[in-house]
Amino acid sequence: MPTRVEPLENPAQQNYEQGLIQRVRDGEHDVFYQLIRPYERRLYAAAFVILRNEADAEDCVQEAVLKAFKYLRQFRAEAKFSTWLIQITVNEARMRRRKEHADIMEPIENSTGEEGTYTPRDFADWREIPSEALERQEVREKLGEALRSLGQIYREVFVLRDMEQLSIEETAKALGISTASVKTRLLRARLMLRDLLAPGLGGSWSSRISFAKGAKPW
Amino acid sequence: MVIKCEEVWREVSNYIDGDVEPGLRLAIEEHVRDCKHCAAVVDGTRNVVHLYADERMLEVPVGFSRRLHQRLEGDISASRRGFLGWVVAAATSALVLGGFELTRLSALTVPARRSGHAQASSRVPPDMLVIVSERGKIFHIAGCPFIHDKATLRTVLAREAEREGYAPCVRCMKKYLDAVG
Repeated sequence: MPTRVEPLENPAQQNYEQGLIQRVRDGEHDVFYQLIRPYERRLYAAAFVILRNEADAEDCVQEAVLKAFKYLRQFRAEAKFSTWLIQITVNEARMRRRKEHADIMEPIENSTGEEGTYTPRDFADWREIPSEALERQEVREKLGEALRSLGQIYREVFVLRDMEQLSIEETAKALGISTASVKTRLLRARLMLRDLLAPGLGGSWSSRISFAKGAKPW
Repeated sequence: MVIKCEEVWREVSNYIDGDVEPGLRLAIEEHVRDCKHCAAVVDGTRNVVHLYADERMLEVPVGFSRRLHQRLEGDISASRRGFLGWVVAAATSALVLGGFELTRLSALTVPARRSGHAQASSRVPPDMLVIVSERGKIFHIAGCPFIHDKATLRTVLAREAEREGYAPCVRCMKKYLDAVG
């Protein structure tokens, strides 16, 4: 089984988290780092999937975390801290992206038949779970390349749901879209990735993954 | 219940997430037993989910965590200093002002400047990137020969530097300063 990222999810850990939040609010500012540490990687992934640049994503996470610190008093205990943090990061990343690409026409990703049924292109049998294949840098690169070739609306949903393990509802909240849209986009993202990766994972990586259809440069 | 391949493709994601009614689940499982194509789609999609869930797929740049911590630490301590500066400035000004009109106190909402030589800097573009150092009082344009304490330099926006109580360098920021002709 693959190793999953395990941030603070169970009630005891959430209580611990609430305790840390209260301490920061009471003036123990140094405790804030402990609070955000379990989510650093998630925040980076959320920023990276939108900005597609390591340096920009890192800077974005730093800003988002500083904003979270500044606005911690506005955080409501009924919400999940991790979702709130991711929401701030996603907003910060989108704002930067709009600012930096204001003069560039974005591809109209919503018009690519989001609501229609996606027909799988590849029916190669691919039953073995090759998680040990991730030891290989080359395989990780191929997976990253496939993910990057998806349209942004699909990447965002896929990263938050399948890589950061957010629930459908949390993903919807973080991205400001409906749960129905999350499900539709997630389905397409997963099927498109399967189509892109099946030739390599079913056989070998020697056959070049075709990104001709729907390929989008970073 | 008999379902078509298209229905399997439409529901495969919900099926993997365990988010389908028991009847539909059974129908999908029956269909997949007899349909090689759909079996490949379901298994492949499940593998995609498993592979990307692996934490090795969420790599962050080397030093990411350390830099984040440093930035956070710098900002928190700066905000604390800013607050203390504000308190000291407020107390001092209150003593000096004595019974003067209360409207003057509104000036205290501006953070105390780190430098006594600081000048009003309304013309410094707020989004300009500037350099500050932890123990310094002045913010500079990168490359200014008057930057000191090089070990603790940070790049921030001018408005953040001002919010933290830094004042613009009268040399490199000369053209932006109100009082300097």
